[in-house]
Formats: sequence, C-alpha cells, structure tokens
Amino acid sequence: MAPTAPDTPRLTRAVDGRLLFGVASGLARHLGVDPVVVRLAFMCLSIGGMGIAVYVALYFFVPNEPTAEDTATLDDPTARKGRDVSQLVAYTGLAAGLGTLFLLFGGVFDPLLWFVVFGALGAAILWQQANPAQRDEWMSSTVHRVGGKGLMRAGAGVLLIVVGVIGFLAFQQQLQDARAGLTFAFTLIAGVSLVVAPWIIGLIRDRDLERRERIRNAERAELAAHIHDSVLHTLTLIQRRAEDPREVQRLARVQERALRTWLYRRPADADTTVSPALERVAAEVEEEHGVPIEVVCVGDCPMDDSLGAVLRAAREAMVNAAKYADTSSISVFGEVEPEEVLVFVRDRGAGFDLESVPEDRMGVRGSILGRMDRHGGSARIRTAPGEGTEVQLRMPRTPES
Amino acid sequence: MGDESTTFSDGDAVPRVVIVDDHRLFRSGVRGELGDAVEVVGEADDVDSAVHVIGERLPDLVLLDVHLPGGGGVEVLRRVLAQHPQIRFLALSVSDAAEDVIGVVRGGARGYVTKTISGTELARAIVRVADGDAVFSPRLAGFVLDAFSATDAPPVDPELDRLTQREREVLRHIARGYAYKEVAKELFISVKTVETHVSSVLRKLQLSNRHELSRWATARRLV
Repeated sequence: MAPTAPDTPRLTRAVDGRLLFGVASGLARHLGVDPVVVRLAFMCLSIGGMGIAVYVALYFFVPNEPTAEDTATLDDPTARKGRDVSQLVAYTGLAAGLGTLFLLFGGVFDPLLWFVVFGALGAAILWQQANPAQRDEWMSSTVHRVGGKGLMRAGAGVLLIVVGVIGFLAFQQQLQDARAGLTFAFTLIAGVSLVVAPWIIGLIRDRDLERRERIRNAERAELAAHIHDSVLHTLTLIQRRAEDPREVQRLARVQERALRTWLYRRPADADTTVSPALERVAAEVEEEHGVPIEVVCVGDCPMDDSLGAVLRAAREAMVNAAKYADTSSISVFGEVEPEEVLVFVRDRGAGFDLESVPEDRMGVRGSILGRMDRHGGSARIRTAPGEGTEVQLRMPRTPES
Repeated sequence: MGDESTTFSDGDAVPRVVIVDDHRLFRSGVRGELGDAVEVVGEADDVDSAVHVIGERLPDLVLLDVHLPGGGGVEVLRRVLAQHPQIRFLALSVSDAAEDVIGVVRGGARGYVTKTISGTELARAIVRVADGDAVFSPRLAGFVLDAFSATDAPPVDPELDRLTQREREVLRHIARGYAYKEVAKELFISVKTVETHVSSVLRKLQLSNRHELSRWATARRLV
C-alpha cells in the first residue's frame, strides 16, 4: 500500500527536502505547491497501485533537479536533516494506517473509509496547527502573527472532522440512534462554550496586553541602555572631573553632539557629502583640543578629492585656532555654491602677524596655503595681532558634480 | 510696555522681560545671568500660564522656549500676538532643528538664540530685540541662506521671496560668526544699515508664503 517500501540504503542519498527520490518534492517545486500535497496525492493514488507506478516512472524518466544531490551530500553532510527521517516515518505511518483501514473496510469505495480518513485528516491539521502556532505566538513579539491562512486551516480541519463524524454515523445507520446522544452532546458543548468563551477571550486579551507590554519594555530597555552608555557615563565623568572646567565643558559638548546625532540625524547622512563631513571634522578637533566649534553649513554636495583637501585644510585651520588663538570658541562656516565651495574658519583670539611666520612652519604654509594651491583652490588668511584670525578657503567645483 | 521712542540700547531704561521655559532650573539660571541688565517681571512654565502672565504684565520682551507643554512656543506667539502685537519675542532653545528655528521665527519671534549663549550676549540680544531689531545667530543665518536658495522655482512674489545681494552678504558674515559691528566694518556700512538689512530679511522670512520655506525646514531635520 505504501508508494514504495522505505529503502534505508537509498535514504543516505537524500538531499535537502527530499524523502525518497525527490520525485514528489521535485514535482511540488515544479507545480509550485507544498510537497505535502503532492505526497498525499501520491499516497491516495497508490491505493489502486497507480501512484506507485507513476512514482517509479517519474523516478526513471525525470532527471535530477538542478540542486545536484550528489555534491550536496558529499560536500555537506549536514544537508541530510533528521527532520526528513521523521517526516518519512510519519508518511510511512500514515500509509500503514490507511492500509490498515483499507483492509479493515475491505475496499476503496467504502464511503465509511473516507469518512474515517476525513476525520483523521481534520484532526491532524488541527493538531499540527495548534502546537507550533501557539508556541510561535507566545514567543514572538510581533503582534499580527496569526493570519487568515491559519484560521482557514483550522476551519478546514474542523469541517473535515465534522463531515467525517456525521458521515460515519450516517452510513453506519446509527445516526437515528445517536441523535439523542448528539443533541445531548451539542447542547453540552454549547453550554460549556458559553461558560468558557468569556474566559478564553479574557485570556487572549491578557496575552495581547502582555505582548504589547513586552514590546514596550524592550524599547524602554534599549533607550535605557543608550542613556546609560552615553549620558549617565558622561555625567559620572563630569562629576569626577568637576575641578577642571575645560574638561567638563569638553565632555558636555561631546555628549551633547552624540545625543543630537542620535536624536535627529538620519542614518543615511554618512560622510559622503560636504556638510556632515565638515561637522565631523569640527567635532574631532573640538574633542581633541577642548575648544567649542560652531559649524554652520549652507547647501551641500557630494565629496570629492579636492573637497577632501579643503576639509583637511579647514581642519588644520581649526587646530591652529584651537591651539594658538587662546579663544573660547571657533566659528566655521561652509557654503556650497553652484561654482565653488567656501569654508571660513574664524576665531576672535590672539591673531598673529602673518609676515612673521617662519618659512618652515608647515601648519599654515604647507597644510593650508600649499594644499589648497595644489588642488586648484585658494586660501586667504586675514589676521592681525589682537584681531583674531579668519582662514578663507575657496575651491572651484568640478563641473560634473 | 515701552513706546516706540524708547531705546534700551541707549541705557534710558531696562527692558521688562517675562521668561517662559518649562525648566525651573533654567529660568533661575537665566535670571541670575542677566542680573541688572533686564527686569524680570514674570515667569511661566507652560503655554496657558505664559499667555496669562504676558497678558497681565505686558512686558517689553518675552524670552520664549521653543518646546513647551501645551502646544510649544509657536502657540504662545499665536495667542499673544493676536492681542498684543507690540510685544516682542526672542526664542531661546536647546534645539537647533531647522523646523523649530524657522517655525518659531515665522510664528513671530524677532530672533533665535541657543541656550548655550553667554549671559552678556543674551542681554545684548534682549536689548536689540526689545528695540525692535532682529537677532540672528550664525545658525539661523545659515538656515535662512539655505532656505532662500533651496529652490530654482520662480518666486511668487519677487519682493518677498528673494534676498538682495546685500542681504545675502550680511547674512553670510553673520553665519561666519561676525557681530553686527564687525559686519558693518567689513562691508563699509553703518551698524544701523546692518540692522535694517537683518530686519528686512526677518520680514521676508515671516511674510513670504513660499511654501518651499516650510517644506525645506521639514525636509532638513538634522541638527
């Protein structure tokens, strides 16, 4: 009665998703249906012997599926999953059960057999539906987990069982006798349902509430973790460094910036454009030297090599201002215009006499003036002792960007 | 309330100020920092109490937090300015978000400074706004430049929807961190002219109904 006897040596050749020779799963893949459907169909057909013949014929004439089974078994022994064995056992058990029933009722066309099969099938569907679904529901944090498909399956299962039971009774000519019992049973079930329904609904509500609470808790935990890692940590540091105002200010600024980024910045704003890159450079210098830097940027455009040079020059200017100007804040203004990119770094600090800067001081000449020249831009430095310093960087934009 | 001839910058009088902020610590901090530069005549910590206190005391100027329980600073502006259009507002906030800045200025505030501003600078900004001028922080100037150049669409009202070359020049210097006096020196104009330009930009910012402005502010939600 079974399609083919379970062939233990053959089983070792099994690859992912096949139980015997992969005919059913191959067909299922080909037809785009669940392999279970194809397997059950084969099993039903096999009752008359047809299914076995078709299966064997397909085994010989259908070439292997593109998922080459040999390489898979050889290269990856884990591809043979235990689940396949248990499935095969299940199918064999099902086939054996059907065979027993078949022998018991003595013919394919005895309707009684089919009602028993219906009932069993319905029960199987319900049982299979209940366990994993419930488990999933309780475990998962997504609320709309059980879709229409699950409900449909459960409905089909119930229908099958009802049809099976009533049909069985009817054909046994026992429906008349059983009517009193049935009435009693239905009434009892209805009564129990009425009593139990509110309780079950209450349970479901509780569960939904609990799940929502769990999601909220998870969010709160994430927020708490972030606050702890950043804000609380910084506040602790600030308390420990309270005697060093400069360090306290630096910590506060760093934390403020991190928090702002976390709150407002879209994650896509990486350093691929001028504005965030300029802000990052300023943030780095500020962190390193402890002087607040205010960045204002107008317009934006993608980064390229010469703009990278502008940023490095701007960085050098900020570092100089932070180190030598003895100022409480530095203003950085970047402007992206259609033809050029401008960056101004300004402080109100000590200033210096440009003429007196020795030739060999790399900072100003090499890193700012020279670098801008090499990349086709220009730099201007306006400064005088006591007047503060402003470094003006100008870079023409390359036509295609 | 001061009549139009009073100029606080001459030191004739001290502006009467109401502080609206939902953080008590911050209010007392500002009070302390401002010292004698202003006369604090009232405080409020949400929209309703702010509207009430302002209506009662009729100050020269309101220091207004952008984020307030009960509808935010914009709501205070809407309700107070409907009855007392002569009261001037200076917005003060930790937020640098474009929509907050542009929103509150378009709502009627004559200036916007962040809470990190020093006490002396804040006092100076209060006097300036109380005198009827506008106060632009570098960041606000940057936002305005950005907003007015954000689109190539033809302006609906050229007089309102476009900045003149001179106004752009002034804003650019403010964005670079120049004080009004320094801008004036740089551009060879008087401080009064700089103030006129800034006020004119403020008017355009408030009156232009080019919808790109608000769209731009919403689109640019960062820092």
